[in-house]
Amino acid sequence: MAASFLFGQFMGGLTTAMFLFLIASGLSLVFGVMRLVNFAHGSFYMIGAYLAWQAIQWVHPTGAGFWIATLFAACGVGVLGGVVERLFFRSLYGREELYQLLFTYALVLILGDAAKFLWGTGQLSVSTPPVLAGSVVIFGSTQPLYNLFMMVVGPSIAFFGWLVLNKTGVGRMVRAAQMDREMLDALGANVGHIYLGMFVFSSFLAGLSGALVTPIQSIVPGMDVLIIVQAFIVVVIGGLGSFWGTFWGSVIYGQVLSFGILIFPSFSLFSVFALMAVILIVRPWGLFGRPL
Amino acid sequence: MLEIANLNKSFSGFRAVSDVNLTVETQQIAAVIGPNGAGKSTLFNLITGHLQPDSGTVKLDGRDITGAAPHRIVRMGVGRSFQRTNIFVKLTVFENIQAAFLVHHRQGRNFWGRSEALYRDETAALLASIGLGGQARTVAGTLSYGNQKQLELGLALASDPQVLLLDEPTAGMSATETHETISLLEKIASERALTLLFTEHDMEVVFQIAQKIAVLHQGRIIADGRPEDVRNDVEVKRVYLGHGEVERA
Amino acid sequence: MNIGRRIPWTLIVFLAFATIPWMGSRYNVFLAEQIAIDALFAVSLNLLLGSTGLVSFGHVAYFGVGAYICAILMKTYELPFFIAFPAAGVGTALFALVSGFFCVRLIKLYFAMLTLAFSQIVWAIVYKWNDVTGGDQGLPEIPFPNLDWMNSVPFLSDLKVNDQFYLFSLAIIAVALAILHRIVRSPFGRVLTTIRDNPERAAFLGINVRAYQLAAFVVAGTFAGFAGALYGIFSRGVFADYVFWSKSAEVMIMTILGGMDFFWGPPVGALALVWLNQEITDYTEYWPFVLGTILLFLLFVFPGGIVGGLNALWLRVRARSRARA
Repeated sequence: MAASFLFGQFMGGLTTAMFLFLIASGLSLVFGVMRLVNFAHGSFYMIGAYLAWQAIQWVHPTGAGFWIATLFAACGVGVLGGVVERLFFRSLYGREELYQLLFTYALVLILGDAAKFLWGTGQLSVSTPPVLAGSVVIFGSTQPLYNLFMMVVGPSIAFFGWLVLNKTGVGRMVRAAQMDREMLDALGANVGHIYLGMFVFSSFLAGLSGALVTPIQSIVPGMDVLIIVQAFIVVVIGGLGSFWGTFWGSVIYGQVLSFGILIFPSFSLFSVFALMAVILIVRPWGLFGRPL
Repeated sequence: MLEIANLNKSFSGFRAVSDVNLTVETQQIAAVIGPNGAGKSTLFNLITGHLQPDSGTVKLDGRDITGAAPHRIVRMGVGRSFQRTNIFVKLTVFENIQAAFLVHHRQGRNFWGRSEALYRDETAALLASIGLGGQARTVAGTLSYGNQKQLELGLALASDPQVLLLDEPTAGMSATETHETISLLEKIASERALTLLFTEHDMEVVFQIAQKIAVLHQGRIIADGRPEDVRNDVEVKRVYLGHGEVERA
Repeated sequence: MNIGRRIPWTLIVFLAFATIPWMGSRYNVFLAEQIAIDALFAVSLNLLLGSTGLVSFGHVAYFGVGAYICAILMKTYELPFFIAFPAAGVGTALFALVSGFFCVRLIKLYFAMLTLAFSQIVWAIVYKWNDVTGGDQGLPEIPFPNLDWMNSVPFLSDLKVNDQFYLFSLAIIAVALAILHRIVRSPFGRVLTTIRDNPERAAFLGINVRAYQLAAFVVAGTFAGFAGALYGIFSRGVFADYVFWSKSAEVMIMTILGGMDFFWGPPVGALALVWLNQEITDYTEYWPFVLGTILLFLLFVFPGGIVGGLNALWLRVRARSRARA
């Protein structure tokens, strides 16, 4: 096989990986702190995409339009997340995990239909912002500029999140909350605010990813389920709650998908779930997670 | 009856239990005492199979039970009651004990019988003997703390153990409740020819009923013998200095 | 259950269901059969959820495996029902044994995720294995079992095959429910309850918790398989989307809606949900939204479900009348 072809596949895998990383890191973050698996994370992503599209309809795709729309979408979803956490999640914290999981599923159902109601069932699309349109040839393979942009932005934002988490006072409190909520409570820290902040940030990330993906993928109903499944698998491979785990999980998943399809054409459906099952059987806490 | 030899357990370099040797004779009432963090709970967990020792052996009536699965150890005759009450909160008192009997008589494989019909007499008798006869229909989660502790004891007894491990049986109890619990324990122990090993912080209790006391400090046994000997032991006094609990005439 | 110990509710309901072919329209029979099969499916899930405390998000896998085995044996291999049906049960049981073995080793959240993964693997296999399962086309036109013997029975001879099959499957479901009821009430069932309540304590009674969880998993899976086998024949075909995970979510909602702390909760939930679905989809296509809202309601207002709520009401009424007396 030509080297340029292989390189192309590799870059394709990396692009997928970085997108997923941005989304999955939000999911992993919430789990790490709140021990919550948020099925609705994919729905937030989808809402982000729709909101971005909507904003562009209002603002008109001028030069800066895309970026304004993206910011609007991310903030919008962040607010949505905040409202959801305050109104609903709060009352579920003490209760069985099952109820929390089911609540996020209820959100998936409700948000999915809300999107259909507001924006219909057809495909919507957003054009690439002019400054990033066009492509570059690297090693004989044509790479769209926008993809390269994503490969940088994705990890940058998440890395920024990691910095905050590990190098700041706020971050330390969050990590402490991860360990022992009650103890933190007893120490006087406002755990409720930490949870709210985490959830809002995670939703913001989801909305941001949704907005950023619009030039590459069309916006359709069902994209919420599609992405949450993949984010799930990535987070399981890497280890729930582990930042670097999510990163490497995304990279591995992206390459497996990219090259796996060459070997088995019907790869994706069966094999990604098989991969997830194997990880859960052999090493449930993933590559970088903490053993239970 | 219970022989612990050279038992060791470390957690990431921290030696929780260090070279422990302890023997409890049949039908003896023995106590393990020591400051918080001395390793008493770890020791119990090692005996009951909840934790695997790094080295050493635990023998029950001559049989090696070291590191066996908890449910196997129970079947071999070791019962345990817990410090935090550990009962079936959604079942009634009666159902709690009845369930224990069902399991003890290996009825778990019975897919066909009616569970509420089995072992009613034994359950009633056991409830009466631990003083919970009147509470049979109360949902366990709504019992008072003292009653929950009694139920704890009942659950451990239903498995017809030879050795009973009791984790702080009078924790959180008033003087009256403590007195009642101790009387109950002594009565049960003699009725059923039990060997008792318990941990306690209440020194009055310990010196009242223990025939043998082992003192655990930072994972090691620093004293082991009859109550009078332990009370006068220099090392023990040093460890408890400032607590003053050992100084009881 | 405290309500109506004197009144043989189950018998009444069963008889009511049995008379529908004569009393109601063809559509009523269709609905009733849907409810009955879903009831069995939901009760099997509740053996895991309500009895043992195992949250499975992949229970539809066993429903689907049962459906496909029975369908393939009857359609492709032209085997009679009385071989295909038990075979479906055995096949599902084996699958449940293998998958369950890996699942019960994991704690709550990871258990749920692995059940989900297995369920989607089943779906992916069903979707792609065109030769055997028909792939995304599925296997339409599963033959009815040979019900000619019914024509010799006075009441039943003038019924159509559809209705005859309805009564036939109703009888099977009734027997299955009776067996499950027996199991839940048995010492085995009691052990499962202790595991749900306090697994640590259960181990200290002398129970091998994992072994019991696996046993519950296999029993639950097998009966789900039976439900699936009947469903395949009832809906005149098996298709890949029967095995999609959203069905797992639906049956779980059914179970909780009815009330997972009661044996007859899930069947009540099945009735409520099927009826609601039927009513709502006449007016709007936004059934997921309605389902989500129902779920919210359940979680925040009525966690005990319908039967739980009724039971609480009954207890309050009884306490008040006792206080007055």
